[in-house]
Amino acid sequence: MSRLAFARRWGRGATPYALGAPAVVWLIALFLIPLVVMLVKALETCSPITQACTMTWHWSEFSYVWHGSAQSIFTSLRFAAYATIIDVLLSFPIAYWIAFYGGRRKNFFLLMLLVPFFVSFVIRTIIWQFLLSSSGIILTVARDLHLVGADYHVLQTSGAVIAGLAYNYLPFTALPIFVALERIDKNLLDAARDLYSSKVEVFRRVIFPLARPGVFAAFLLTFIPAFGDYVNQQVLGGISNTMVGTVIQNYFLTFSNPTSGSALSAIVMGISLIAIVLGGIAIGARNLGDYV
Amino acid sequence: MSRKPRFLPLYSWLLIGYLVLPILVMVVYSFNDVVTGIPNVSFTWNGFTTRWYQHWSDVPGLTASAWLSIRLALAASAAATVAGTMLALALVRYSSRRFRGKAVIDYLMYLNIAAPEIVMGSSLLGLFVTMRINRGFWTLFLTHVVFSVAYVVVTVRARLTGFDVRLEEAAADLGSQPLTTFRLVTLPLILPGVAAGALMAFALSLDDFVASDFVSGSIQPFPVWVYGATRIGIPPQVFVFGTAIFSLGLIAAVVSVVLSRRQPAR
Repeated sequence: MSRLAFARRWGRGATPYALGAPAVVWLIALFLIPLVVMLVKALETCSPITQACTMTWHWSEFSYVWHGSAQSIFTSLRFAAYATIIDVLLSFPIAYWIAFYGGRRKNFFLLMLLVPFFVSFVIRTIIWQFLLSSSGIILTVARDLHLVGADYHVLQTSGAVIAGLAYNYLPFTALPIFVALERIDKNLLDAARDLYSSKVEVFRRVIFPLARPGVFAAFLLTFIPAFGDYVNQQVLGGISNTMVGTVIQNYFLTFSNPTSGSALSAIVMGISLIAIVLGGIAIGARNLGDYV
Repeated sequence: MSRKPRFLPLYSWLLIGYLVLPILVMVVYSFNDVVTGIPNVSFTWNGFTTRWYQHWSDVPGLTASAWLSIRLALAASAAATVAGTMLALALVRYSSRRFRGKAVIDYLMYLNIAAPEIVMGSSLLGLFVTMRINRGFWTLFLTHVVFSVAYVVVTVRARLTGFDVRLEEAAADLGSQPLTTFRLVTLPLILPGVAAGALMAFALSLDDFVASDFVSGSIQPFPVWVYGATRIGIPPQVFVFGTAIFSLGLIAAVVSVVLSRRQPAR
């Protein structure tokens, strides 16, 4: 084999690795390694005076932060679950309508679903704070109409946080469900009707099973970020319904306690992975990889 | 199809109204005057003014944060698009025999998409602190590419999967070099996927709050600055910037919808 031919053959063999290298190295160096560093940090003990940390295999840090933060983890899981369920229920009809009856205006309606993306997440949440405040327009009108009592308030409640999460992640739910519904062959629906399926049966036995990948993607894009979110809770909620994101943020940015923060972050990562597997099973995904 | 459902359009318009409502409020209140001494947004209507548009750059911290966010989003989305498109090409074109570790890379990407942002942000903060890296533009850049590159890969890969490889073979048969083939055949065909991935990376970066909150250090991108301002009072210029970004995004989206409609069906 001539040297040139050898170089060419080797070069061709190396092509996929060369193409993949930048992204893969980036993900390993700045996603995987930080996760490992996070676990290591959780097991270290840091001196409160010198801030110097030494490895002490301090596994009890995990049980310590768990006992301190389990409440906030359960709050976050509950809020994220409510927000996801609300979003799926709200999204299905509109995604169905756009996918099957959108016609020439399909792109316009999709754009309308995407509109919130063009405004910063933080600004949107601030506006909801204003809209829902006791002196805000919604409650003022409701009070004047005697729909609610004088001391009725929305802010500082769990409901306000769930509403904020549901609003902010609604497009992330609606789009994947739309994409899945759009892919459904319309002839299948006609076939089901020709075979005397009722509307409910068409939905239950044709539409929903085919929409599963979209529902799973929606779950992934809504539940997971909502679980780790702390903006909605800090702006719309009160101190009684602290979410785990706030606790992690405080450990790192307020109390300079990276050991506890890292341990809690690792727990959140673990719970997220378990939640994805359980969510996948509940939605009926056979192979998680197919749906991402 | 059966006859059109009647309540669905009404429901859909109501939902769209719900989605648009806060944005309308933002646009309207960017024209609201302020009567107190400190120029902070108030949600009582004090009269119409274009003052905040004339003095849009009067809040130095806000203007700096907006420029930082734009530069950051451009840099991060460019890097994520190039790296992500390359990986997508490698994953689609090469069998697992010729590209070992494909399955592992898939798992790595799913893990990355599945990881809550707060975990990424806090673990990167831990890494930067451990390695004594000063936080600033470059730590933000590295972080933003990390959370957007997998989305680019998934988007481009979806486009590549329906790609007719015979087109490339035809180009090669006609004597085209691999790079020329890529430039003249492959890239134009996958461009919609690449553009979608780039837009997604740009939007993710521009609006990122959680991860940026952890790795930004002393400089603050737009969402982090605005969030910090909520504690002391929000200058009305925040709504001016919000309205401007919203208008630009909307114009870009409308243009892309019109252009895609004009393209002949393939």
